[in-house]
Amino acid sequence: MANRPQQAIPIALVETDASGLSEKEQHGIDALISHSPQLAGITIDALKLIQAERGWISDASLNALSIYTNIPVADLDSVATFYNLIFRQPVGTIVLHPCDGISCDLMGAEHIRQCLSHHLNINAGETTADNHFTLIPLPCLGACDKAPVMIANKQLFENMTETEIPELIRALGEVNK
Amino acid sequence: MSQTFPHNPLTRFITSDEASWCLQQYQNHGGYQGFRKSLEMSQGQLLDTLKESNLRGRGGAGFPTGLKWSFVPRGDDAPSPRYLIVNADEMEPGAFKDRMLLEKTPHQIIEGLLVGAQTLGASIGYIFLRGDYYLAEERLTQALNECRDAKLLGQNILGSELSFDIHLHTSAGRYICGEETALINSMEGKRATPRAKPPFPQVAGLWGKPTIVNNVETFCNLPHIINFGPQWFKELGREDDAGTKIFGVSGRVNNPGLWELPMGTPIREIIEQHAGGMCDGYSLKGFLPGGGSTDFLVEKHLDVPMDYDAIGKQGSRMGTGTIIILDDKYCPVSMVLNLIKFFAQESCGWCTPCRDGLPWAQVLLEKIERGEGELEDITQLEELCRFAAPGNTFCALAPGAVEPLQSALNYFREDFESHITQACCPFHAKQSLKLDADHSRSMNTDGGESHEQV
Repeated sequence: MANRPQQAIPIALVETDASGLSEKEQHGIDALISHSPQLAGITIDALKLIQAERGWISDASLNALSIYTNIPVADLDSVATFYNLIFRQPVGTIVLHPCDGISCDLMGAEHIRQCLSHHLNINAGETTADNHFTLIPLPCLGACDKAPVMIANKQLFENMTETEIPELIRALGEVNK
Repeated sequence: MSQTFPHNPLTRFITSDEASWCLQQYQNHGGYQGFRKSLEMSQGQLLDTLKESNLRGRGGAGFPTGLKWSFVPRGDDAPSPRYLIVNADEMEPGAFKDRMLLEKTPHQIIEGLLVGAQTLGASIGYIFLRGDYYLAEERLTQALNECRDAKLLGQNILGSELSFDIHLHTSAGRYICGEETALINSMEGKRATPRAKPPFPQVAGLWGKPTIVNNVETFCNLPHIINFGPQWFKELGREDDAGTKIFGVSGRVNNPGLWELPMGTPIREIIEQHAGGMCDGYSLKGFLPGGGSTDFLVEKHLDVPMDYDAIGKQGSRMGTGTIIILDDKYCPVSMVLNLIKFFAQESCGWCTPCRDGLPWAQVLLEKIERGEGELEDITQLEELCRFAAPGNTFCALAPGAVEPLQSALNYFREDFESHITQACCPFHAKQSLKLDADHSRSMNTDGGESHEQV
């Protein structure tokens, strides 16, 4: 595919059996199926579940999920490519989501995004060479009174300033150690 | 608890001891009283109460909730199961009110669903939560578990005939999921494209069954309307609309935030008293009264009450009630470009005015912002606004997307034209001069330390 990254990025190793899914993933998907009135209803949750284990959704993951659930792989991929939070390319251990909504931009968020880019030496949509960080701006994160904001590692960072960025990145990077 | 009639029903549970999301605290402040009362009422009585209260949907469109709910088939031979869905996919630019309700009062939302279940005989509820709202997810999960332990969810709730359970669905992120039929498609494991209506979801929604989708704040109002009565609710509003509303302000104001205020509170009061007025050195140029998909209003509209119809008469919409302020230092073309870019990116691609029209508008705006625009581009933009008007599209995304654009072309036309005549962005030119000055100042005072990182 044209949008595959140039360099090989190591992905999290998940121990799978012949089905291509780990035992944990299979249990999770079984539970989803038992709750959903119809099979297709599990699609997004199942994709998120696999992504939580592996970091992203590879072609192999899609195939494995399709074989395990009998949902056509085209249906799975049509969903996987539609949503902002399902990644069809590898991402770093931590995905930084600075807000690019209008309320943040009114408060100088564009400059914050430039600083992040500059500090990490990557553009939006790219991953650092050490595979620690990916930068993906997201639209309005719904914390407009605390603008500019960013979400990373399930945490919301509020009233961001340029000067705190190096320390913030350093602290977030601890997760990688 | 004695029957005192609150003036701030939605936020009175939020206390300073930081545990307003726990069941105990919620019940101590009168939580689940509305639901208990609803168990003693018939479905007809509940629906009549809801209609009489004049509650209108708080998600943006302002459709009368009682009327919407009255389309759901009822009676023993009505299709089942019937579903209730809380639309908690808050993604409207500049809207942040649902996050607060989700994080601070998850039980209020659950109680709203329970009242809804009793009203419509629904057996399953879903909370469709924005995927990025992690704290809300944690607290809702905890609240749902507390309710199951306390027998407020499950079979024969509180010994009644009502059986109801709630599932939490966290979205994978797309603005279009806020459109109710797109949301339903998303829950069915499809791309979130809107459906043609009719049939309306009230008749054939999730899995083809009767489904009600309402905003978080709408559901939050239900228990209080049942508990304190429709008359009380109507009297809360200062003008025509009933109840209170969570209003918010973001942008260059002294005290950005959220406040629960009566419907019909004048815009000036919200911006000047509650949000503390404009920051020093900035003045108000215009504002979007209800989030990113509403038309700009300007200073002369400040005394208009925040009421659905009053704002509508001025050519805009109250939308989510979260005001975004455009100050005099920020480029209006830039602001509209940010919004159009967002809507172009979030368009599901299902119909042409949105899929093709919005990226085209983005290209033209970028051109103007770079200083390469021509006067014909403005005419072209106006044409695109008509192209994306209601009636030409499946859903309200494109018509909403062009609202800030068409109104900016009206109120800030001089700014568009000055970009073209001066062949640059007059605001950026000023800003970069200012940034240069700031930068040299910081280098002088910080001994060169701070500029290393940038």
